[in-house]
Amino acid sequence: MAGKGRYSGWRLLREGLRGQRGWQPAWADRNLQSEYEVVIIGGGGHGLATAYYLARTHGIRRVAVLEKGWIGGGNTGRNTTIIRSNYFHPQSAALYDLSLDLYAGLTRELNYNIMFSPRGMIEIAHSESDLETMARAANSMRINGIPIELLSREEACRLVPLLDPSPHTRWPVRGALLQRRAGVARHDAVAWGYARAADSLGVHIIQNCEVTGFTMAAGRLTGLETSRGSVRAERFGMAVAGNSSAVAALAGFELPLQSYTLQAMVSEPLKPCLGQVVSSSYNGTYVSQSDKGELVIGGNLDRCPSYAQRGSFHVTRSVIAPLLEMFPAFATLKLMRQWGGTVDASPDNSPIIGPTPIDGLYINCGWGTGGFKAIPAGGTLLAHLLATGSHHAVSAPFDLARFSRGDLIDEGHAGVAH
Amino acid sequence: MRVTRAWLTRGIAVQLFPCPWCGPRPEAEFHYGGDAGRQRPGRAVSDAQWAQYLHFRINRRGAAAELWLHSAGCGRWLELRRDTVTHAVIDSRPMTP
Repeated sequence: MAGKGRYSGWRLLREGLRGQRGWQPAWADRNLQSEYEVVIIGGGGHGLATAYYLARTHGIRRVAVLEKGWIGGGNTGRNTTIIRSNYFHPQSAALYDLSLDLYAGLTRELNYNIMFSPRGMIEIAHSESDLETMARAANSMRINGIPIELLSREEACRLVPLLDPSPHTRWPVRGALLQRRAGVARHDAVAWGYARAADSLGVHIIQNCEVTGFTMAAGRLTGLETSRGSVRAERFGMAVAGNSSAVAALAGFELPLQSYTLQAMVSEPLKPCLGQVVSSSYNGTYVSQSDKGELVIGGNLDRCPSYAQRGSFHVTRSVIAPLLEMFPAFATLKLMRQWGGTVDASPDNSPIIGPTPIDGLYINCGWGTGGFKAIPAGGTLLAHLLATGSHHAVSAPFDLARFSRGDLIDEGHAGVAH
Repeated sequence: MRVTRAWLTRGIAVQLFPCPWCGPRPEAEFHYGGDAGRQRPGRAVSDAQWAQYLHFRINRRGAAAELWLHSAGCGRWLELRRDTVTHAVIDSRPMTP
């Protein structure tokens, strides 16, 4: 990000002295043109990152991002902001570690403070067998080149003093897995940072623009019908998460996805009391403390396939109950807000990145509960596909064709929750 | 969304699904089993057709026809028509083989 719009401490001081009158909108509100080189459906983190990397890495600047609502208003603005790469399989480790590396430098690259905080993530084991599963996962991660530490009960409880150390609770602490490089970031800032950087490179960001139809010619996708008119392009990308099956149905193909609600919630704000992300894949709960002081809490998927973007209360309860068992001190807190997002769960809990049955259309979907942590990688990989027509080495194993090859990358029960 | 008094007094409000045999029961008693009406392919099947049957889903946004198992009740399968945006149940019937 260069030029007169650049953010800096000096700029902050100058605008402060001039009554804050010099700030420009971070991105422009564009009208849809009739033609682009690349059109991306979906203005969440993945779509915006794709547009940014197309422009910056590949020099393709005639790009539009179509968003049916407002940018970052779907899962990018609804997740629990956790970023980590402690995955079991080597393909996943390569993918999520690429993302973690990009996140680590993203504030500087975008000239936008995404408030990346690599505060460490602790995964709790509650029994001997949990510990054995965890040791196996840790060995696999080390082979994959991901630094990871196994902690004893004493070490875990010293690091997170609010954990109940008693061995007699429903979810006792028997040990833990620590990834120090993992952490959290400001989710909205990731969408806004990519949007601003992409816009400054010439990308058009078009909000309130819903895709309503696909136009084909000679077996190839050539254009889209939208609520703001029709648009033609040479190639198309699609990153619409929970709505992937619905948009694919417009184009006439199916995906191996099922959409579910994933809930999240925040407590009232507290003084700093929780220095890491704490998670248990055995009861499904994860928690961290935001910079505002709220506890940000998430859990497992709701049970019914859903596009409702709201969850069932009995699932909320199943998230909170084990949290309070592990952190008795949190029982006095009030919940301030609870919400849901629609996530696209794939059969092997791994994403789908690659060409689709429609010539000219490439997809990035299937991230399920873990899409936020993968935004920079998902954007890099989809941009590579759109620019070159072929896979990046990291995305090749995640092609849609893996399902007919029986070559699934099963991250469902690898000892770590999403 | 309708709730039952028994579940309410335990502090849980849940949606009711109509089981063709047991009547309205809490959603948590049921397990989802995929799209209704999918035919298992025969023995002569390509990898792509098998993957289509095994992994691919309609995943309808709106009125969907689904298979559910009343696992914590009568243990029988049913077809449930349900709106996946509003969660409104349209109807249910015994699963047809």
